[in-house]
Amino acid sequence: MYALITLGLLGTVAAVILYFVAQKFKVIEDPKIDLVDEVLPKANCGGCGFPGCRNFAETLVKSANEKQSLEGLNCPVGGNDVMKEVASILGLEVEEQDPLIAVIRCNGSKAHSPVKANYDGPSTCAFAHNLFAGEGGCQFGCLGLGDCVASCDFDAIHMNPETGLPEVNDKCVACNACVKACPRGIIELRPKGKKDRRIFVSCINQDKGGVAKKNCVVACIGCSKCFKVCPYDAITMNNNLAYIDPIKCKLCRKCVDVCPTDSILEINFPVRKKKPESEENVVETKKSMAVMQDTKQDSNNESQS
Amino acid sequence: MSQFIISGSPHVHGEENVKKIMYTVVLALIPAILVSIYFFGIDAVRVLLIAVISCLFFEWVIQKYLIKGPVTITDGSAVVTGLLLAFNVPSNLPWWILVIGALVTIGIGKMSFGGLGKNPFNPALVGRVFMLISFPVQMTSWPVAKPLFAESITDAITGPTALGLLKEGLDAGKTVDQILADPSMPDYLDRLTGNMGGSLGEMSAIALILGGLYMVWRKVIDWQVPFSIILTVFIFAGIFHLIDPTYYVVPSFHLFTGGLMLGAIYMATDMVSSPMNISGKWIYGIGIGLITIIIRMWGAYPEGVSFAILIMNAFVPLINNSFKPKRFGMVANKK
Amino acid sequence: MIALKTFKKGGVHPEENKLSADASIQKLSFPKQAIVPLGQNLGAPSKPLVKRGDEVKTGQLIAKGESFISANLHAPFTGKVLKIDDAIDSSGYRRPAIFIDVQEDEQWEEGIDTSETIVREIKADKQTIIDQIKNCGVVGLGGATFPTHVKLTIPEGKKADYLIINGVECEPYLTSDHRLMLEKGEEMLIGIKILMKALEVEKAIIGIENNKPDAINHLNELTKQYVGISIQPLKVKYPQGGEKQLIKAIVNREVPSGKLPIEVGCVVSNVGTAVAVYDAVQKNKPLIERVVTVTGKAVKKPSNFLVRVGTPIQLLIDAAEGLPENTGKIINGGPMMGKAITSLDVPVVKGSSGILLMKRDESQRNSPQTCIRCSKCTMVCPMGLEPYLLAKLAKLSLYERAENEKIMDCIECGSCQFTCPSYLPLLDFLRLGKNKVGQLIRSRK
Repeated sequence: MYALITLGLLGTVAAVILYFVAQKFKVIEDPKIDLVDEVLPKANCGGCGFPGCRNFAETLVKSANEKQSLEGLNCPVGGNDVMKEVASILGLEVEEQDPLIAVIRCNGSKAHSPVKANYDGPSTCAFAHNLFAGEGGCQFGCLGLGDCVASCDFDAIHMNPETGLPEVNDKCVACNACVKACPRGIIELRPKGKKDRRIFVSCINQDKGGVAKKNCVVACIGCSKCFKVCPYDAITMNNNLAYIDPIKCKLCRKCVDVCPTDSILEINFPVRKKKPESEENVVETKKSMAVMQDTKQDSNNESQS
Repeated sequence: MSQFIISGSPHVHGEENVKKIMYTVVLALIPAILVSIYFFGIDAVRVLLIAVISCLFFEWVIQKYLIKGPVTITDGSAVVTGLLLAFNVPSNLPWWILVIGALVTIGIGKMSFGGLGKNPFNPALVGRVFMLISFPVQMTSWPVAKPLFAESITDAITGPTALGLLKEGLDAGKTVDQILADPSMPDYLDRLTGNMGGSLGEMSAIALILGGLYMVWRKVIDWQVPFSIILTVFIFAGIFHLIDPTYYVVPSFHLFTGGLMLGAIYMATDMVSSPMNISGKWIYGIGIGLITIIIRMWGAYPEGVSFAILIMNAFVPLINNSFKPKRFGMVANKK
Repeated sequence: MIALKTFKKGGVHPEENKLSADASIQKLSFPKQAIVPLGQNLGAPSKPLVKRGDEVKTGQLIAKGESFISANLHAPFTGKVLKIDDAIDSSGYRRPAIFIDVQEDEQWEEGIDTSETIVREIKADKQTIIDQIKNCGVVGLGGATFPTHVKLTIPEGKKADYLIINGVECEPYLTSDHRLMLEKGEEMLIGIKILMKALEVEKAIIGIENNKPDAINHLNELTKQYVGISIQPLKVKYPQGGEKQLIKAIVNREVPSGKLPIEVGCVVSNVGTAVAVYDAVQKNKPLIERVVTVTGKAVKKPSNFLVRVGTPIQLLIDAAEGLPENTGKIINGGPMMGKAITSLDVPVVKGSSGILLMKRDESQRNSPQTCIRCSKCTMVCPMGLEPYLLAKLAKLSLYERAENEKIMDCIECGSCQFTCPSYLPLLDFLRLGKNKVGQLIRSRK
């Protein structure tokens, strides 16, 4: 009997204490956060720049309440669909953004850049990068030890054992993890492009042409031919290296044709017509290029000076 | 030009490797093995072989078919575990109990945590405690030691261990002196050389210490752990003996009976499940000593070393985190 | 025998392999083309003062150290500046260097005493000594290449009690310091006297490991004439040549974590540096040459060479009777802390102490196994760290925790990896962690 009473009393007291504590430490949260969180992909990949989806949801709601806009906030994984849903929950609108994909700006496979030294150590690019220039001798090129692969949460990047280079597949959501993981900054996020077609310089070697070429046959040697041929001013030359601006580029592929080292890659384009014809094409483009060069060179000189 | 190898320094490596360490332990166990064979004859050989072979077999099966990873049974760790497991059981243990024990030892004690280097508890002790709880009768019926070439009067006489005798006697209300005077109690010399009942490896303190010294010399174990365990047991038991000599036995009795020597020298010093830092090793050893004595004096079991080691194993991560080595340059300097 | 002094905590004893200990120092012939890297010292690289086509004389200043921690660079040869361009350094990265086409007949810059006579009298005062050391581009020749004049400029409020001279040479194989002590002992002692004058200290102690009894005896004989300099034989233990370990071993003081030796009233200098100081102050001769050991188990003639900075390593190996066929690894430095190099075109720099050629079968690492938590790494760490833990933290990118566990105290001696029975690449991950934590600390500022 006594036991019953004491236990009952104890229970009641504890319940009362619990109630007050719960009241005191109650966290008032905007219910919208839950709604937004619900829509987000729950990958917690950090591609948006925030530690997790919940955190991003909080930021989104805060931004909507304070600034009435979602500018600068984007979920790369969910893409436009998710962002539209988020915007509709928050009563706002978002601009459509081109989906991005990671591209590997190195083509120095074992065939292109022969192995000159054997690395013997742990399989982390970060360490090897501090230790030496690389098995192929190129101090800008891919080390091939797969830090990017390890960083990917989406199974979108894999090592190709034949080339020793990573390859990105279409599972890529452009979360930026591999870009951050690569100690050499080889990976870049570029717009997927129309019909998934992309043109980019697959090299970031800033050495002088001769040095670059010695280490790797597909290195950008900074010859500026692509720069001169580009009709849309999409190509810039910096430190012996060409860079194609993905927004200005209209995918005309002229640069691909003129590149003497094949360092410019075209992706997902239909296979070109038969060989003899294509050769003619090249000659033609070169002729037209020569014509264009004259007019372009003037503007070049201007921009250079 | 040939291709040169690039790697970070250091470019040379010492003589040590895992295999060497494991076989050093096996080597250190040989005196104790010989003693056990001397006292228990063919039974000891049988138990040792079954334990080692079944440990190797289960490790191979699990690595090959369950984990589907590389098979590393040649590194010697399973041999050591098997030997230690055999040392922890009576020589007349039915073979099937031993095989089940080996399965628990390797399967639960070691491989379920990820194999060598990842088990928080000493696998042989996990197996031993499992068998002790599951098969208490078989695990505690100790055949009386019978020197190999001595005349055998009757076969398979079983009896309790010295610690068991003590516990029973105390429970029956006898004083320590009365119990020690009992003729079935092994005398000092027997305790030292191992001429008494007990599991295989608990027999001869001298053989165990010999192996321990060899391991310390080869730097396979650090002296801190066994020393601190033995010291703690001695001091703690000594204090109680001084308080009440009729109820608490002399400390040296604790040192040379039961699995204390085996536990202190071979089980507690298991690299994987013991602390990483010197200060931590002291704490760990003292803890084992205290828990052992507490269980022996007031617990339900006559023997407490294996439980004590397992309990302290659980504290090892905490000890590693709290007791750091003395960093260089962390002390205030006298100018 | 009385127990010899050594540092207390940790340490290992690798096979000594001092194959070239009896080979006296030889002068090496000149190369056709020299590559003089601009970043030869710790700190900022030097700024070139010459341009393409300039004629330079031996000993002429060709690049100036402009920032505080930086050193001057002098032409090691007489000849013509071919170009100033990038050249690969020992890790294969391209760094700026001055290329010199070397002339056969050598012309020294004026005012340099190239004779062999020993100048014993020290005329210069404290400030002149420091200036002269700075002008001559003297850096620490033990390997870290810290500019010596910076070391001699003691910060305000601190006082040096001891000058400790590092003649330990705890790295296996290397013998350049050993030979230097035997052959240039007198010059070295005068150099030490000069350093003592610059630092205003009364006592200098030369620490020498017990495996060089000839050097200990030789210097014991010589120091009788030099007041204040004493020899301290030490027990052979790696990494005794580490600054902090050496101070602990000799004067039993512990340099606090993250601080410099001057904190405990010590300045440590290498024996090679002492000789370079002698050359700079007494002879006005800039630091353009150093002793380099070429060694290895398969090397036909392990030797010690007096080499001009900028000489390609190929030339040194040729002088030691060629590259053995089964060479698997070429190490710039000793086996414990040296750097593996990819190309023989790499030039000798001020910090090169040896070239070690390892056979292919000894240069391959054993494949790593799982950690068995044997705690050997924590036992041998001379800094009292837990390498197994730090390596794991670095592997898991837990850099902040690694910082709390004092990863920055690691001196990269490699004892942990040397001793690891599981062949784990502990130091590799420690280095990675140190690098990342260093970035973290810098980003906080």
